[in-house]
Amino acid sequence: MTGLELPGFADPVTGAQTSFRALLDAMSRPGTQHEVAPLRPPPPLGPAMAAALLTLVDRDTPLWLDDASTAAREWLLFHCGAQVTADPAAAAFAAAIALPSLGRFNPGSDAAPEESATIILQVPELGSGESYRLSGPGLAAPSLLRIQGLPADFPAQWGVNHALYPCGIDLILCSGARLCALPRSVSIEKV
Amino acid sequence: MNPATSSPDTGYNFAYLDEQTKRMIRRAILKAIAIPGHQVPFGAREMPLPYGWGTGGIQVTASILGPSDILKVIDQGADDTTNAVSIRRFFARTAGVAATTHTEEATIIQTRHRIPELPLREDQILVYQVPQPEPLHALEPRRTETREMHALADYGVMHVKLYEDITRHGAVTIAYDYPVLVNRRYLMSPSPIPAFDTPKMNRMAALQLFGAGREKRIYAVPPYTEVRPLDFDDHPFRLTRAPHACALCGATGSYLDELVTDDQGGRMFVCSDTDHCESRRTAAASREDAA
Repeated sequence: MTGLELPGFADPVTGAQTSFRALLDAMSRPGTQHEVAPLRPPPPLGPAMAAALLTLVDRDTPLWLDDASTAAREWLLFHCGAQVTADPAAAAFAAAIALPSLGRFNPGSDAAPEESATIILQVPELGSGESYRLSGPGLAAPSLLRIQGLPADFPAQWGVNHALYPCGIDLILCSGARLCALPRSVSIEKV
Repeated sequence: MNPATSSPDTGYNFAYLDEQTKRMIRRAILKAIAIPGHQVPFGAREMPLPYGWGTGGIQVTASILGPSDILKVIDQGADDTTNAVSIRRFFARTAGVAATTHTEEATIIQTRHRIPELPLREDQILVYQVPQPEPLHALEPRRTETREMHALADYGVMHVKLYEDITRHGAVTIAYDYPVLVNRRYLMSPSPIPAFDTPKMNRMAALQLFGAGREKRIYAVPPYTEVRPLDFDDHPFRLTRAPHACALCGATGSYLDELVTDDQGGRMFVCSDTDHCESRRTAAASREDAA
């Protein structure tokens, strides 16, 4: 099964708009969880990860897939018109089921930090698991986010990424129909 | 076309822009939020309004707008001026969204040169129309140079400009578009809002998005982000306001427009934020009725 028999958004215009507003709120307020438009994606993609990809990725943005998410490759090629790249350093977006090493992706340059990659990561669970304390722009006060399924060295990797500011990778975390975001501007501490 | 009706036009995609363009703008907006104050280049489209009429703000609004949004558009604080009326009608026709003039009812507020007097909430988004996104433009017109200056966070030239103002005039003479430092990193143009409004940007609960159509730049200030007017310890930023009360509602804390009423030197000062002024007058009238 390639997943090609499964549809994209029921209504591409409002589906993308609703999902973008979820992404917009998530990126503006790091760590807050938002629900995307309903979607029936092919495994292993959950609705939130599939919706984020449908909303943001197209032929202008090279997409890198990790081994597990490659199963949904045909579906992504068809619905996003995505250009899949094997080189993580060339990717504008990465879709991953297990967190790849952040250092493999383009962090942007001082003159053009917006050229950095965005990693869309699917995790087993948001709201339970390890606790992380977030602080930075978008947060009135430091807040706690619980994520299940990040590697033990994630805070250290993120520390390196955050130190590159204004360069750095942005992370979108998805689980089921919900997503949250960790822009490079946010600092993360394990608690 | 009949200007009195605002039934949605058919033949255009929802909110005028095609989906490919919206995706490109949406990607730029997300990057802009991740790097507060940094100008992200984007492929601004030709719009059915000329550059200088808010095409940047319109493209940002079109990319975030949904059918359930309630839109407010202001031009220098007023809901009923030409630019605001045209943009509101544009979205009524291409997206069929509800419009309001009340700040508290709106989910998206597109603005030219003002921030509403009423403090904004977390569930609102403020979209600014920006003519010149580069705060260093008047001091260094070359884009290649200013790009480098932002990359190095080298803003000495702006401090020199403020210093020269103080030595010549005793105070900084920038009355609008006062340069601000965002998240302690990027020098940013707040768009030509009066310096009076600049403090409202600091740690605002609402998301602030900026669109410059002709200059093809998008930038953003996420909620609760530090926005500090550039100043000196011994010459702190001071806001200025005409020393009058509004002639219509009596407000003493709002930003005022000076209106010339005749050719004999007659003038009056009224609130620039028309919704603020009207709600104050309505509240005063209902208090009188009750009394």
